[in-house]
Amino acid sequence: MSSESHSSAEYIKHHLQNLTYGKLPDGSWGIAHSAEEAKEMGFWALNLDTFLMSLLLGIVIMFLFRRAAKSATAGTPNGLQNFCEWSLEFIDSSVRGSFSGKNNLLGPLALTIFFWVFSMNLMDLLPIDYTAQLMLHIGVPFFKVVPSTDPNATFGLAIGVFILVLYYSVKMKGIGGFLGELTLQPFGKWGLPINLVLEGVNLIAKPISLALRLFGNMYAGEMIFILIALMGGAWAGVTIGNATLYGSQILLSLGWAIFHILIITLQAFIFMTLTIVYLDMAHQEHH
Amino acid sequence: MNINATLLAQTIMFALFVWFCMKFVWTPIMAALDQRRKQIADGLADAERARHDLELAAKRSAEILREAKEKVGEIVANGEKRANEIIEAAKEQAKVEGERIIAGAKAEIEQEVFRAKEQLRTQVSSIALAGASKILAREIDAKAHSDLLDKLVAEI
Repeated sequence: MSSESHSSAEYIKHHLQNLTYGKLPDGSWGIAHSAEEAKEMGFWALNLDTFLMSLLLGIVIMFLFRRAAKSATAGTPNGLQNFCEWSLEFIDSSVRGSFSGKNNLLGPLALTIFFWVFSMNLMDLLPIDYTAQLMLHIGVPFFKVVPSTDPNATFGLAIGVFILVLYYSVKMKGIGGFLGELTLQPFGKWGLPINLVLEGVNLIAKPISLALRLFGNMYAGEMIFILIALMGGAWAGVTIGNATLYGSQILLSLGWAIFHILIITLQAFIFMTLTIVYLDMAHQEHH
Repeated sequence: MNINATLLAQTIMFALFVWFCMKFVWTPIMAALDQRRKQIADGLADAERARHDLELAAKRSAEILREAKEKVGEIVANGEKRANEIIEAAKEQAKVEGERIIAGAKAEIEQEVFRAKEQLRTQVSSIALAGASKILAREIDAKAHSDLLDKLVAEI
C-alpha cells in the first residue's frame, strides 16, 4: 500500500526531525514546519528541543545534587545523599584510575559529564511516541526528546572537552612545547610535514570520535525504537499476522529498552572516561 | 500522522519496562545503596562505641589510680601510726626498765646501807667496848655492863 509506506517514511522523518527555530524562507523568524524548511535555515538556527531538554535535564541534575550537598551530613547518609555519595565515589575512583596529574577541575567535570550525558540518554527510554504525540497536540510540529541523538549536542560537549584539552596542553607544556609535540614527532624535525599531519589528525580525531560515538550510538538506538514502533503501525485489520506483529512490537521494544539501560549508562561512562583520558594526555609530556 | 494503536503498544511496553526496572534494576541498586548505608551506619556506630569504650577505660583507669593513691596514703598513714606505736612502746618499755633498774639499784643501795649499818653497829659495839674497856679497864666488868653496851649499840 503506497500510502502506508509513505506514512512510514513520514513517521520516521517526523521522529528524526528536530524542532528548529530560524529564518524561514519568507524572511521571518520562526519554527520550521518541515525538514526542508529546517535545512534551508542553514547554520544560524537553533534546535529548540535539544536546547530545552538538555537545559532542563542539566537543571534537574544540578538541583538534585545541590539538594543532596546542602543537606549533607557527616553521619549516616540516607536516600539522595547516599546515592550522590555513591556516584561521587564511583566517578572519583574512575578519575583517580585514569588521571595521573593533579587538577581540581577534573572530578566535577567528570561528574557533570557523566550525569548530564546519562540523563540525556535516559530520555531514550521514554516511549518514542509519547512526547512527539503530546507535542503535536499542543501545536509543536516536532520534538526530539533525546538531546544526545542530535549531533549538535554531542559536538557541543565534545568541543567543550576539546577546548579544555587545548587549554591544558598549552598550560602544561607551553605553546612551544605543544607545537613541538604536534610537529617534531614521531619522525624528528626533518619529517615535520608528516608529523604535523599525523599529530593533527590525532588531535582532531579526539573531539570528533567523542561526539560521533555518542551520537551514533544514541541515534542508532533511537532509530531501532522507531523501526520497532513501525511494526505496530502496520495494524490494518484483525489478522493473525497483525496480532503477531503487534505483540512482537511490544516484546521487541521492551527487550531493546532493557538492553538500552546498558547502552545509555555505558555511553555516558565512555564519554566521561575518554574526557578524563584526553585531559590526562594533555597533562602529560610525550616521551 | 495520527494517534493509533502504536501508542497503545508503547504504553503496554512502557508499563512492562517500568515493571522490569522496578524488579530487576531498582531493587539491586537499592540493595547496594542500602548496604552502603548500613555499612556506614555500622562504621559510625563502631566508632562511637570505641570512643565510648575509650572514655570508660579512661574513667576506669582514673578510678584505679585514685584508689591506688588512696590505698598508698592509707598504708603510709598506717605505717606512720605503727612506727609511732612502736616508738611509744619502746619508750614505755625503756621507762619501765629504767624504773626497774633504778628500783633494783635503790634496793641494793638500801641493802648495802643496811649491811654497812649492821656491820658498823657490830663494830661500833666492839670498838666502844674496846674503848670503854681500855678507859675503864679496871672498873668495868664486861659481863655486868654488857646490857648497857648493847643498848648503846642499838642506839647507833
